[in-house]
Amino acid sequence: MRIDLEARPKRSALREILSPVVALIVAIVIGGVVVAIMGRSPLAAFDVYFVEPLSQSYSLQAIAVKAAPLILIAVGLAFCYRANLWNIGAEGQFIAGGALGGWLGLVTHDGAYQAIGSWWILPAMMLLGILGGVLYAMIPAALRVWLNVSEILTSLMLVYVAQLTLDWLVRGPWKDPQGFNFPVTVNFDPEATLPILFDGGTLHLGVLFAPIVVIIAAVVFSKTIFGFQVRLAGSSPKAARFGGFDDKRIAFAAFAISGGLAGLAGIAEVSGKIGQLLTTISPGYGFSAIIVAFLGRLSPVGIFIGGLVLAVTFVGGEDAQIALKLPGDMTLAFQGVLLICVLAADVLARYRLRFRLGGKA
Amino acid sequence: MAQSHATDLGQGSKATPLLAVRDITKRFGTFTANDRVTLDLAAGEIHALLGENGAGKSTLVKMLYGILEPTEGDILWQGAPIRLADPNAARALGIGMVFQHFSLFENLTVAENIALVMPSEVKLDDAPAKIAEISRAYGMGLEPSRPVWTLSAGERQRIEIARCLLQDPKVLILDEPTSVLTPQEAEKLFETLERLKAEGRALLYISHHLEEVQRLCDRATILRLGKVVGTCNPRAETPRSLAALMVGSEIKEVKPAGAHALGKERLVVSNLSLPSPELHGVALKNVSAAVKGGEIFGVAGVAGNGQSEFFAALSGETLAREPNAIVIDGSPVGAMGIAVRRALNAGFVPEERNGHAAAPDFTLSDNIVLSSHASAGMTRAGFINAKLAKEKARAVITSFDVRAAAPDPPARTLSGGNLQKFVVGREILRDPSVLVINQPTWGVDVAAAATIRQALLDLCAKGAAILIISQDLDELFEICDRIAVIHGGQLSAPLPARSTTREEIGLLMAGMGGSGHAH
Repeated sequence: MRIDLEARPKRSALREILSPVVALIVAIVIGGVVVAIMGRSPLAAFDVYFVEPLSQSYSLQAIAVKAAPLILIAVGLAFCYRANLWNIGAEGQFIAGGALGGWLGLVTHDGAYQAIGSWWILPAMMLLGILGGVLYAMIPAALRVWLNVSEILTSLMLVYVAQLTLDWLVRGPWKDPQGFNFPVTVNFDPEATLPILFDGGTLHLGVLFAPIVVIIAAVVFSKTIFGFQVRLAGSSPKAARFGGFDDKRIAFAAFAISGGLAGLAGIAEVSGKIGQLLTTISPGYGFSAIIVAFLGRLSPVGIFIGGLVLAVTFVGGEDAQIALKLPGDMTLAFQGVLLICVLAADVLARYRLRFRLGGKA
Repeated sequence: MAQSHATDLGQGSKATPLLAVRDITKRFGTFTANDRVTLDLAAGEIHALLGENGAGKSTLVKMLYGILEPTEGDILWQGAPIRLADPNAARALGIGMVFQHFSLFENLTVAENIALVMPSEVKLDDAPAKIAEISRAYGMGLEPSRPVWTLSAGERQRIEIARCLLQDPKVLILDEPTSVLTPQEAEKLFETLERLKAEGRALLYISHHLEEVQRLCDRATILRLGKVVGTCNPRAETPRSLAALMVGSEIKEVKPAGAHALGKERLVVSNLSLPSPELHGVALKNVSAAVKGGEIFGVAGVAGNGQSEFFAALSGETLAREPNAIVIDGSPVGAMGIAVRRALNAGFVPEERNGHAAAPDFTLSDNIVLSSHASAGMTRAGFINAKLAKEKARAVITSFDVRAAAPDPPARTLSGGNLQKFVVGREILRDPSVLVINQPTWGVDVAAAATIRQALLDLCAKGAAILIISQDLDELFEICDRIAVIHGGQLSAPLPARSTTREEIGLLMAGMGGSGHAH
């Protein structure tokens, strides 16, 4: 038997919008089977993963706090992926931004350098965070543009460099001298901490960056000549050169946006949620954001929704560890299943399977 | 070996056709590519399959060669219905096919390329002897040990034909075989085909060159929109009547530009040399040309002799080191990119419309932005003026009769001819003073080709300098003032089109133009 993929005669907008939804449902069913094999009730697991997080005020806030970095990173990744550049090192750019921005929080600890006031600290931290991500993304970008090195490998490998460098900094030069030798830095001053939006909650100011960036990115993609260039370079590189667009500049710009937004997410996480630097500052946001980007079909508005869905699985996964004694890796496994389902659904939205009996390839 | 077979093919084949197609239909989804097509192919005839692009010729022959399966209808082999599961089944029966685009490995020798398709029982060592035998029998002049990349298009095609003949086919299908040949090479091909016919083989000859079909073919079946619209003896018809059958209406004649005064030189190329961009690409060597306002300058040549490299250098997609190598309206632009050249009011239309001239997944108005984003008003503070782009797309669609299913559809939904009209019209409506166009009517139907040629003549009459790169000699003779030939990356001195013969151009195309690089 031979299986052929046959292009569907017409592309349907409805089918393309529904395909990630169908993928999510299929992934949930597969997850349920795995949970059942592990001897737990799939219904209880569904309740813990997808219903409870949406029914409590504190967990709704937790979802927003987790969705914000995912959305920021994924919107940046959309610029790269639309331009056909496969940056999978957003995790590293997130850490680089968090570390460089966090450095200012350490330097200004205990009122240092605040003689001229403290109003400049938070904006400067955010800018340093962006800068850290941009600079770190320039490494794979330059290698790709000038030496034609695969950005997939370099950006991925630089994640480990960033993780280990942060680990060394926090265990070594940046360690809190009064921290009983724990691998943590000092806590940032309130002046270096993104304010909480509502008393007693966990929503911090950095969460608002996500919707703002989504709106700006949506406009850039659909209305500006820059967004046009990025889309064109990815979709028809030869036509882009014919249009007179500089593909090297587009590559650098896409990586800069991607790295910058990952860096911003990093410093917002460090300054808004953690309040100090730790050896690990990300539960894998940079990788989960890849799933968010595809779940959102590389469109900013889609990514906004996709980010919320993935955040639910993070929050639900934490609850499931407690309530059902399911391992934390279950969350990552589920996210992996989800990515495969999304990619498969994308293909099936454009092609249909034809089974031919007896035919030879 | 081939001759001995010929005798038994000749007998009794008049009564039942060797290969017949009965009411065959092929649907792709809702689109019907072939609609109840019927065709007979008798031993000892050359049968033409005529039709415009998209008429369903390729679909039909793909079914005969086992690449596609018919949705309905029968294929009869010597009167008995057969089912062709794949090309191997077709070859086993005795059906061979020579494709329009060669599938040869450039770095392998002639013998190795041929041995690749031979049945596994045959040893590689025997291949050169067999090839030499076939080459002698049909006067092909193939050298088994030559690497393919050193060969001309005509020689490559002869490899493809020899590959088929090794399997001793009774039916040979040829898809647009002369599209890559010089007139002399085509002449040689016709001799080979006549010989195959005399041996009692049946040949199905796909073409849209009507003169060729009249010369060579005994019968012609004409397809239009997937249906057979007629079978005739092409020699009893005129090219106009055949074309009218193909298109379904009388074609309007292109009005040659009246006597017009030539202006000053607007596009000047001087001693342009560029290294080959890739392995087996073509390096440009000392190319010089000057095109005056009001003139159409033609560049003839066999495919793969530096045409695309020349176009890329003219458009600025490849930069020359020497700024003075290319001068547009007095400005040296050899080292400047395409955007600068467009700003000097030059327009460019590359050969490949899908993916080069236009982005297939982008709408027509987005494809206006593609080449006009630097024009006045198209962008404001980095924002695209979508309304203006839509208006301009609308203008191209109406002026050039671009048939589209929606007001602003993605480029890929247009047929080849309509998309070509769009990308040519897009540049012409900008009213360029210099236009460089590569293969303006390649793979375009007769009516669309006439529209495009007329538009080029009208633009020229307004004083623009036009440089056309084309492999279609008829086209060049129809609209050009002067014609130069590109061969091996060198451009010949231009010849006045009205006092030059096809034979002279043909010799230059084959690289036999006296000194070879006269200026």
